[in-house]
Amino acid sequence: MNLIFELSKKGREGIQAPPMDVPQAAVSLPMQRKMPPRLPEVTENQVVRHYVNLSSMNHHVDKDFYPLGSCTMKYNPKINDEIASHPGFSALHPMQPAPTVQGALQVLHELSQALCKIAGMDAITLQPAAGAQGELTALLIFRAYLLKRDGNPRKKVIIPDSAHGTNPASIAMAGYEIVQIASGSDGLLDIGGLERVVDADTAALMVTNPNTLGLFESRISEAVALVHAAGGLVYMDGANLNALLGITRPGDMGFDACHLNLHKTFSTPHGGGGPGSGPVAVKKRLEPFLPLPVLSMKHGGYFWEWDRPDSIGQMHGFYGNFDVAVRALTYILTMGSDGLQAVSENAIINANYLRARLAEHYDLPYSQACMHEVVFSGDRQKARGVKTLDIAKRLLDFGFHPPTVYFPLIVHEALMIEPTETESKETLDRFVDAMIQIDRESQAEPERLHDAPMNTPVRRLDEVGAARNLNINYFAQTHGSI
Amino acid sequence: MNFPSDLLYTKDHEWVKIENGLATVGITDYAQSELGDIVYLQLPAPPGRVEQGRAFGTIEAVKAVSDIYAPLSGTIEAVNEVLASTPELVNQDPYGKGWMVRIKPSILETEKQNLLDPEAYKALVG
Repeated sequence: MNLIFELSKKGREGIQAPPMDVPQAAVSLPMQRKMPPRLPEVTENQVVRHYVNLSSMNHHVDKDFYPLGSCTMKYNPKINDEIASHPGFSALHPMQPAPTVQGALQVLHELSQALCKIAGMDAITLQPAAGAQGELTALLIFRAYLLKRDGNPRKKVIIPDSAHGTNPASIAMAGYEIVQIASGSDGLLDIGGLERVVDADTAALMVTNPNTLGLFESRISEAVALVHAAGGLVYMDGANLNALLGITRPGDMGFDACHLNLHKTFSTPHGGGGPGSGPVAVKKRLEPFLPLPVLSMKHGGYFWEWDRPDSIGQMHGFYGNFDVAVRALTYILTMGSDGLQAVSENAIINANYLRARLAEHYDLPYSQACMHEVVFSGDRQKARGVKTLDIAKRLLDFGFHPPTVYFPLIVHEALMIEPTETESKETLDRFVDAMIQIDRESQAEPERLHDAPMNTPVRRLDEVGAARNLNINYFAQTHGSI
Repeated sequence: MNFPSDLLYTKDHEWVKIENGLATVGITDYAQSELGDIVYLQLPAPPGRVEQGRAFGTIEAVKAVSDIYAPLSGTIEAVNEVLASTPELVNQDPYGKGWMVRIKPSILETEKQNLLDPEAYKALVG
């Protein structure tokens, strides 16, 4: 397929601009372009066809099943987009004074209230643009809180070896030392191991619950109590909140803060369709440290409060990704509390259905009942010469996005499957059939799987070349300059 | 899988060859095979200090990024500069052209006891 630049013909235009009917404003010389921007010159229908064709070659959640573990690629109801497209939201300018955008601020306020209730927390910031930024925000809040309380932010943050890769990255960015503890043989937090490393230098423990093996941390209260007793704080990575809605709450488990991924649990677009949003909810004692500005109410009107001397400052321009907040609130209100609980129940049932149906074909290192996702190992297939990567690529031939592979790191040849609640039994069965067929192929013709995918618009990509010689600029490639 | 008999090993899958008071270090055949295609290596510049069991560099493969741990404490005498442009040598020849650093060990005799012989390493990776 041609790139849009290759479709360009000099002088071709999509639209005819009306003649200028206002006086030309002077632009100072240094601000003037020396040459026009190198944009493709194409007609409107060329643009539309180009991107429609690209989207049909790509895989996306509107096309078919997307069981990417820990990413919660659920179907996003179109009403979310419809509401967010309302000119009352979409035509706002972020610099508009608060009195002129009271409705928009009410959306942020109502979303904040709803998320606090879902998380069992007291206060929230909607600023962070993703889960990882949420983690960093919370760790900076912890640092500021400890500094204020003890005059000492402490030194280290503890994570289990099943943690998301963003956790150690956030810890390092917040200036803490990473202490990793091994998971127990049951795949859960090892309380004894935790006890050995928790001390007066411990700023925090970061835990994902359910963890990245899809297992509920059943001894979380003991872990929280241990860290609290040593004066530390406890953070929940909320990436897997899709398993908990209406069933239990991070606040009730004793966590001091958590993030919620609106782009996962609350059905706002992601995976190329973003932007993301990772609000951070906290307990009362951490509220003074939330990022600036804080949405408050006075005399029946909303306003942005900047006078917060203990705040960690601003984490994102303006107030986070506003139109994502509109979508998330739409989702929460259309689902209702019973609906949200059904989301988690069905996500758990779907994952366990896949676990039960695939258990005899793929190794299950942790075979107990799972939450919203299940982690298999491709060890059995690897012994036949078929790697997990080959299985993932072959799934593309069946029209499915592959699951997350090679994560969590503590599972050999990991295949981490998250079906989400939005898939029907028929879709799950189609996926199971494909997985069983791939297992059969790994026995009968393992060599063939090395060539997968065979039916996709592009075959197996040169991932090494892409990592080593990344070049995504058309002009750099064709003309040697940008 | 190949585990040369003249090398010592760590449980973190590094090998070490001790010759004329210098220790040459790389990752094992098992490690490169598990990592898959290696795309980038971050190694310290001499004369850095390393400590047994502590990470001194990172190795980036298509599927994951891992730390490389020092098998012995000491100072770094040399780094295999060729790997910066051709990290695939670690996949192709892990015990030869894919060597990573040369360390001048500071407490060799004591620390050597923490390393595995080829048989013990072979048993570890099954």
